[in-house]
Amino acid sequence: MKLINGYTEEMRESIEKVEKTRAERMKKSFEAMSMEEREEVLKKYHPDYKPDKKRAVKVGPNKGDIAPHEVVDLLEAYPLIDPKDIDLKHIDYDVDILIVGGGGAGTVAALWANNSGIPAENILMATKLRHGDANSMMAQGGIQAADREEDSPAIHYLDVVGGGHFANKPELVEALVKDAPFILKWHEELGVQYDKNPDGTYVERSGGGTSRFRLHSAKDYTGMEIMRVIRDEFRNRKIPVLEFSPAIELLMDDSGTVAGALLLNMETEQYYVVRAKATIMATGGFGRLHIQGFPTTNHYGATADGLVMSYRAGARLRDLDTVQYHPTGAAYPEQIVGLLITEKVRGMGAQPVNKNGELFVFPLEPRDVEAASFIRECYGRNNCVETPTGMKGIWLDSPMIEEIEGEGAIQKNLDAMYRMYKRFGIDMTKDPILVFPTLHYQNGGVEIDANARTSVSGLFAAGEVEGGVHGKNRLMGNSLLDYNVFGRRAGINAAKWVKKHGKPKNLNLKHVENYIKELKRAKIPKKRKSPMLLPDYRGEKVLARVVDIF
Amino acid sequence: MEGNKKMITIYIMGKAYKVPFGLTIMKAVEYAGYRFIRGAGCRAGFCGACATVYRKKGDYKFRTALACQTTAEDGMYLAQLPFVPANREEYNIENIDPDKNVLSEYYPEINRCVSCNTCTKSCPQELDVMDFIQAAIRGDYKKVSSLSFDCIQCGLCTARCPAEITHYHVAQLARRIYGKYYSPIPKHLEKRVGEIKKGKFDKEIERLKKMSVDELKKAYVKRKIERIPRGEVREE
Repeated sequence: MKLINGYTEEMRESIEKVEKTRAERMKKSFEAMSMEEREEVLKKYHPDYKPDKKRAVKVGPNKGDIAPHEVVDLLEAYPLIDPKDIDLKHIDYDVDILIVGGGGAGTVAALWANNSGIPAENILMATKLRHGDANSMMAQGGIQAADREEDSPAIHYLDVVGGGHFANKPELVEALVKDAPFILKWHEELGVQYDKNPDGTYVERSGGGTSRFRLHSAKDYTGMEIMRVIRDEFRNRKIPVLEFSPAIELLMDDSGTVAGALLLNMETEQYYVVRAKATIMATGGFGRLHIQGFPTTNHYGATADGLVMSYRAGARLRDLDTVQYHPTGAAYPEQIVGLLITEKVRGMGAQPVNKNGELFVFPLEPRDVEAASFIRECYGRNNCVETPTGMKGIWLDSPMIEEIEGEGAIQKNLDAMYRMYKRFGIDMTKDPILVFPTLHYQNGGVEIDANARTSVSGLFAAGEVEGGVHGKNRLMGNSLLDYNVFGRRAGINAAKWVKKHGKPKNLNLKHVENYIKELKRAKIPKKRKSPMLLPDYRGEKVLARVVDIF
Repeated sequence: MEGNKKMITIYIMGKAYKVPFGLTIMKAVEYAGYRFIRGAGCRAGFCGACATVYRKKGDYKFRTALACQTTAEDGMYLAQLPFVPANREEYNIENIDPDKNVLSEYYPEINRCVSCNTCTKSCPQELDVMDFIQAAIRGDYKKVSSLSFDCIQCGLCTARCPAEITHYHVAQLARRIYGKYYSPIPKHLEKRVGEIKKGKFDKEIERLKKMSVDELKKAYVKRKIERIPRGEVREE
């Protein structure tokens, strides 16, 4: 197959059309959709609106609620351990606060628990991969905060609930938008570097569904910059962390309060018992479930473990019927299919165009609407470009950015994107890039209140694992904000809880035993187990001949 | 060829496996039957978990890569670094004297740099690592910051350095000092945080919180949308 600067001859023909219409398109924009038009495209083309891809949960606190099959399969599943085999008398770690998950939310929670008077040695972070291997590290575009004179937390509030289909939990949205400027201030004090003007104001852009320029970024490494700094601070405080040791089950005491967790050292395969007065669930999302077969932007460990464990302990979940597909995942080349192309590319002026070089949608609709429009253009109108491996995609006209903001604007602001494409032979300053929606974010999750408390006492939750903040669809720049706002609130409130409660007594797994009984009554197939911990990408031929002896 | 796929041979820690051409190293290793516990993180070039070293058959050159961001090629001899032991100094960012060269104080080994440029050559992000170490020796926080900003902290430079420098920890310290003490102060932020604390927006948010969905929809549709006129540059 002959490639010309990274693209096939057929793709080149379409790129010529994109180039031809560019000058004309630069002068125009596309009308944003009315609420009715949004509804229509969503109903017809968004993956969430396909009823056969979901089912009602048969067990647990959300019995009867609808969620994607892939999620329900994990909720309706047996534990990895048999409670009878576990010796809970011997406690390996005895702490005030256990933090499950080593991404952004867990790290922020640890810092604020420490700020609230919990000594570092009385905190324990347990995480499945390395500390910082998380979607928080991969967020590119930025973080929202209404800090400008022309903006206000109230306007931010309205954008959030509009994007979330007015299904958001109001107290959580209030917390999100009101804490946002404070979070930026905290980051400044820690030494996080945002893109700024010489007078100290931020370079701010718009994202899909935002009515103000409110997106603060650090090139397109925003998530990495924040995560690097907070992790560095965490290390300076000497807060203990156990890597490659995920929680696989929560523990409870006699009164039905969460009392710690059972960890699994994935390298030695032994378990550890952690007793904690308060537990913070910060395990992130579920992209690696590949819902409806979609590729994902998510990190290797995004397998919904926290949802499963919390649910078995009785925590209510919400808004799990919707899934966020990011409109712009890479569709070509094959090596990077599904990886995130930040919304900032559109925020800086790149338009989505079809194979004929036509702009067909307002570039910054909320994510679900934008993604549905891309799918319509491909499958409803057959106006997409096909790749050699059969992927469909639409063009994101990245060279427009340099035309609008001047030569070098891409490398200055979108260096990660530029670098990734260059590695695979494509220069996005000269050629457009091919994109298609990709599985990106868990909109819902474990329900919390404004103090980051779940419906189970002793259990807090923060970050992508928790639900209610974003309703049925999250806006860009609100996930970095979410984990900071609720990570902090979880840390502070867990610290308060700890000061009022003694050490839990009689650790047990009765909730797991009861859950098993419920599973049996519902006739759930025995072989289905969870949490998943890691996806399995081994080749089919290998898996067909695997001998399970270790 | 296997079916209609072109196959290549890669050597995972010396063992030969046939895999389809066109996969990243990470996916090729998985195709061959390995399941990662260590060595896979974000799978998108942001976390540095998949630092890889390799040689090509018949080539003396020792190469480095990120397994998730590099296409597997025929004849690659591959190994991954599951972990890089590296000294990291503890400090309190609040008590640092930014006027001094703190970098040299915490990491005196940077002065042992022999300018061999191995770090730069081993960087999968293609950063000018040696240049930022030279800037660190001079105490130039700004330069270290800008040159190291895209560092994913994979540790390949550190594993290769003959002077035993931990480049990525030095750069992390420099970036925090620059961010905290030298980058322009966002004075407007202080004001906004104060306004929120005093409850300036509470009434309006309270009103929104109490609205019915229909009322919210109306307010949402009516809200003014700020846009940049086409062709105009807003920043700087």
